[in-house]
Amino acid sequence: MNSNSMTRYPIVLTVNGQDHEVWALASDTLLEVLHDGLGLADVRYGCGEGVCGTCTILLDGEPVSSCLTLALQAPGHPITTLRGLMGPAEEMHPLQESFLRRGAAQCGFCTPGIVLTALDLVRRRGRPSRAEIRYALIGNLCRCTGYTKILDAVEEYADLVGREDESES
Amino acid sequence: MRGTRGLPGHREHEGRQLTEQRPAGPYRVVGTSPAHHDFVEKVKGSLHYAADWQLPGMLYGRIVRGQLPSARITGIDTSRARALPGVAAVLTAADVPSNQIVEMASGGLAELEVTMPVLAADRVRYVGEPVAIVAAATQQIADEAADLVSIDYEELPGVFDAEAARAAGAPLVHDVGNTLVTWHIQSGDAAAAIARAEVVVTGEYRSQHVEHAYLEPEAGVGWLENGVLTLRVSTQVIEHAATIARILGVPQSKVRVIAAYMGGGFGGKEDMTVEPYLALLVWHTRRPVRMIWDRQESLVASTKRHPFIMRYRTGASRDGTITGQQVEILGDAGAYPNLSPRVLFAAAACACGPYRVPSASITSTAVFTNNVPASAFRGFGAMQVVLGYESQMDLLAERLGLSRTLVRERNFLAKGDLLPTGEPLETCVEVAQTMHRALELLGEPPVPSGPGKLTGRGIGCNRHPYGRTIWFRDRASAWLSLQPDGTLLIRSGVTDLGAGQAASLCQIAAEVLGVPLADIGIHIGDSALNPPAGGTFATRQLYMSGNAVLQAAVELRDRMSPVAADLLGTEADELEFADGQVRRAGSQGRASITLAELAVACERRAVSTAHLSTWRAEAGAFDPRTGQGDTFPDYTYGTHAADVEVDTETGQVTVLRYAACHDVGRAINPMRVEGQIQGAAMQGLGYALTEDMAIDDGYVQASLFANYLIPNSYDFPDVVVGIIESGEGKGPLGARGIGEPPIGNVAATIASAIQDAIGIRPTRLPMTPERILRLLDARARIGGYPAPDDALPQPTPGGNP
Repeated sequence: MNSNSMTRYPIVLTVNGQDHEVWALASDTLLEVLHDGLGLADVRYGCGEGVCGTCTILLDGEPVSSCLTLALQAPGHPITTLRGLMGPAEEMHPLQESFLRRGAAQCGFCTPGIVLTALDLVRRRGRPSRAEIRYALIGNLCRCTGYTKILDAVEEYADLVGREDESES
Repeated sequence: MRGTRGLPGHREHEGRQLTEQRPAGPYRVVGTSPAHHDFVEKVKGSLHYAADWQLPGMLYGRIVRGQLPSARITGIDTSRARALPGVAAVLTAADVPSNQIVEMASGGLAELEVTMPVLAADRVRYVGEPVAIVAAATQQIADEAADLVSIDYEELPGVFDAEAARAAGAPLVHDVGNTLVTWHIQSGDAAAAIARAEVVVTGEYRSQHVEHAYLEPEAGVGWLENGVLTLRVSTQVIEHAATIARILGVPQSKVRVIAAYMGGGFGGKEDMTVEPYLALLVWHTRRPVRMIWDRQESLVASTKRHPFIMRYRTGASRDGTITGQQVEILGDAGAYPNLSPRVLFAAAACACGPYRVPSASITSTAVFTNNVPASAFRGFGAMQVVLGYESQMDLLAERLGLSRTLVRERNFLAKGDLLPTGEPLETCVEVAQTMHRALELLGEPPVPSGPGKLTGRGIGCNRHPYGRTIWFRDRASAWLSLQPDGTLLIRSGVTDLGAGQAASLCQIAAEVLGVPLADIGIHIGDSALNPPAGGTFATRQLYMSGNAVLQAAVELRDRMSPVAADLLGTEADELEFADGQVRRAGSQGRASITLAELAVACERRAVSTAHLSTWRAEAGAFDPRTGQGDTFPDYTYGTHAADVEVDTETGQVTVLRYAACHDVGRAINPMRVEGQIQGAAMQGLGYALTEDMAIDDGYVQASLFANYLIPNSYDFPDVVVGIIESGEGKGPLGARGIGEPPIGNVAATIASAIQDAIGIRPTRLPMTPERILRLLDARARIGGYPAPDDALPQPTPGGNP
């Protein structure tokens, strides 16, 4: 091990609206810093290859795999994790409530990544079709639910948002 | 044969006697789908899984794994690893007090006694076998130190195929031989029945190695506290505490295992994973240690589902009635026994499916190879054989020109019928109902979407056990306590895979005691603080712990009832426990006391409001020499149906619609039941069509998650679920287990649909486009099936094939 690889850099990460000063190695992934450094258990290691989507966060509002993002790339780019969707007293986001109503989680390990990816889709597309939801979630694997109830939950939330938009316009 | 078939009214706490204690319906809580405590935490992202704990001074662990499938270890040099700053321990076999993981023998004839070392000492038998372990101040240092451990090998010949391993002169994986265990089940004279049969169909079916692919890799932390070694890990089985104590050479009272809520398990966390390695590192360093397996490490070295070779020969009369069946099953156990003897037993016990087979001869064998060990995986041997018995039914229907549903209905088992083991079926068999319902859910048959496309419809029925093999004399305990404020505590050693194991127990207790669900606190998965429930496997926890909680709740209610009756001036048997109150049945709102008032009154009268109860499954015995006796307590029956489209140019199979229907006896939480069926069906679709943990000369080919194709959200259609509630299961309130059963039907259902589309039956899994093309090619060229070896046509050097 050479000494360079052990040099830690002070960085400021903006996570769920709060600034955190952390010391990170050049090789530290954002996942490692969020999970181990900041103790965010809703950002999880699943494969380390960017395949399973378990470690998904929103970086500048867009879903990314935190296992493929270096911590040193993140300063200046606001990060949202699943918990960041909730209110100060843990009031659930309406999409989380749809997940509860529809039974869209079993072991729950993939849930944060799926909720964040789906939220991004609905924000971008308004009222996506079921096929569009399927396509958007390709990068978020779930081994328990068989996806049907996840699709139901996202569709329900999109309909809700769509109806609200219609009534506003 | 069974020891505890009680008489009606017999109050012995075993098996079926519980029917007398059941609260009668209609139910208030059972049958509803509330969002439970764990579910809310999961959706909020606040649940702490095994990898999410950090302790002061925590070290990070890594396993050094062997790189060759079969070799003698001639030297291990750990000096460079030890010299690395930050390394706290580098351990090898010499550092393990008792270097063996002892599995309880399963009772098979001539079963080989082979134990698996915790760390390989002088020999490695599969790629990825643990040889050394490292603990260091950071994960990076631990990984670097693991790379610095140098292992010298002398390579030995290996054997990588189950049939080759049985051949004379095959390299021995273990000195005692390669045939781990053989089971026989025999009834009547199958050979004679088949010789006399009016029609005989034969088939050979092959399945592949499969990865569990839970999203949460194997993980945990361990620490020492008050002289007790404690592990908080992702495990289905906290009872491994006893095995860990043996390895360390410490009393069992000094090891505690806590099971975190799991991020999926599917059987892959039924054997130990990180536990012995964490335990050794904590024990040697006296410091907390965390270990998380890399996904790639998990792919290469974790246990797999057994590939099976299944040979079926079925005799029937012209009307489709089966007269005899011979089945031979060969399973690749890999390098160590793990749970292979039991998996192959379940395969034999279920090999004839939900059909009456008057004369049967079934043999199943597990053999050692130098492949990664195979062990428990959702379905546990009983799922692979569905492809065998269902293919035979479709082939029989085709041969006789009869409908597939008719041939099945001619042969479906019924309550009271004998299985080939000689044991009678004690609950109803609603498999025909599930078949009609599944087909109904599918709707009108599809039409091809264009030229070169063929569509087809398939069905697959199954009989899948729930509960452990009877001769293990299963039991589960639960402890309930009504608190002074009227809330309820439940303690149970159950581990929660994510299927709602703990939540179901809350619903059952709430039903009996009338405690609102929000007022129940449940504490699970702790080998030191919870009454033992046995592990979560074999679709046993609703059956076992569900019955234990039901029994404990009924007994606690019966104990408190006289106090409540006295306070309310009524009779104990006229009481109703509901909505946090006790009242005279029918006297809505009037003359009632709260559960808090009852708890306090009980306390004043020295009537305990805490209760521990143990529920015992029925007992019995199996004779491995005659192949007769008791196997499993009961079965869950179901049928799946699917429509597919086959692209005859590419061989691509598109699943258009999918329906699954099972008799679950009683749905404690219908939404969770649906979730189990949908999830199992999806795993089954991966098994049927895309997943292949191919192993080439001992080396796992899909060593990246990107190369192992579990279904994503776009691959397959929604799974439409039909739930039938016959009310006749042996679980609580007549429930049957549903965790494993729905994975069994899928491959057979898809094969059936493909056969319907292209007129030829796929016999090998997964049913990839290449294999489908080969079937289409054989149909076009020879009007039948290709040669059984399934080798793809090889290009001739320098020319066209």
